[in-house]
Amino acid sequence: MEELFKEIKERFSKILIKLEEKDCPVITVKREGFLDFMKFLKDFGFKHLIDLCGVDYLNYKPEKKEERFEVVYHLYNLEKRVLIRVKVPIPESDCWQYSLTSLWGTANWFERECWDMFGIKFKGHPDLRRLLMPEDWEGFPLRKDYPLYLEEEREWKVYKEFKRKAKGELS
Amino acid sequence: MGIERSTIEIAPRVRQIPGTPVIISPLDEIFNWARASSIWPMTFGLACCAIEMMATGASHFDLDRFGIIFRATPRQADCIIVAGTVTKKMAPAVKRVYEQMPEPKYVIAMGSCACSGGIFRTYSTVQGVDEFLPVDVYIPGCPPRPEALIYGLLKLQEKIKKERGRWGFWR
Repeated sequence: MEELFKEIKERFSKILIKLEEKDCPVITVKREGFLDFMKFLKDFGFKHLIDLCGVDYLNYKPEKKEERFEVVYHLYNLEKRVLIRVKVPIPESDCWQYSLTSLWGTANWFERECWDMFGIKFKGHPDLRRLLMPEDWEGFPLRKDYPLYLEEEREWKVYKEFKRKAKGELS
Repeated sequence: MGIERSTIEIAPRVRQIPGTPVIISPLDEIFNWARASSIWPMTFGLACCAIEMMATGASHFDLDRFGIIFRATPRQADCIIVAGTVTKKMAPAVKRVYEQMPEPKYVIAMGSCACSGGIFRTYSTVQGVDEFLPVDVYIPGCPPRPEALIYGLLKLQEKIKKERGRWGFWR
């Protein structure tokens, strides 16, 4: 582990923002040069991408965050059984991140989900479509400023039309 | 003479002419008896309620003793048990399965979610399956116990037995 930290500090001092030791090592890096960093980690032995998700820090109380979004990666070293976490802050005005699909095939659907829920675009993704919500859905449901319940006027148009038709048949 | 004097009532609204194998009864009674005793529901599980529905169908609670046998195709089913949360994206599929069933057909809304949306007053959830299907029996509970589902099915049987000339002019 020490070896890894040392190498990161030496080679990636430019993009490294923070290096913490929590439940597992947490490395916060900048978006620029991120792909090289992930390539390095993969070559280092972290061959398994466990998980990729987005976070929205709008109105986040416990801590002051510079950027609104964050993409979190969990990597696992299957030989040494070590877990690490990589965080990348994403600004709201420039909401995109590099795609990891070239390194891990797993990233494909993770990134689609992240795009679906948070509206973070992934550059270089082969097929960036919505995963959970219908294709013509408006808005990104897991953003903090998205309402929990959509009132009549904001409801999904396809379902509204479907409901109207069904009402006609029922009565 | 009079029908009361020359025949004996062997079951409600079913009379036999003594000494002969002839019974006299309204046709409704015969059809309703047959239908109520062989409700074939569609296996259509959407969420955790489906697990409870499976448990009800299995040996401990044994729906077979009511003549209730799950069918894996809507073409052979009389009744759809909407077991679980219906999302707006799923709603057209539920409706389609319902439309593929032959008449006479019945709908049971199983669980709080299918009845009213339950705890999910959210952007993606249908607020009660009665928005687009004609529901016959509502079974609340989260999820309902197998006893509750059986009670609901018995209520549906009662409802079927009370029908008079609902399906076609000649009866």
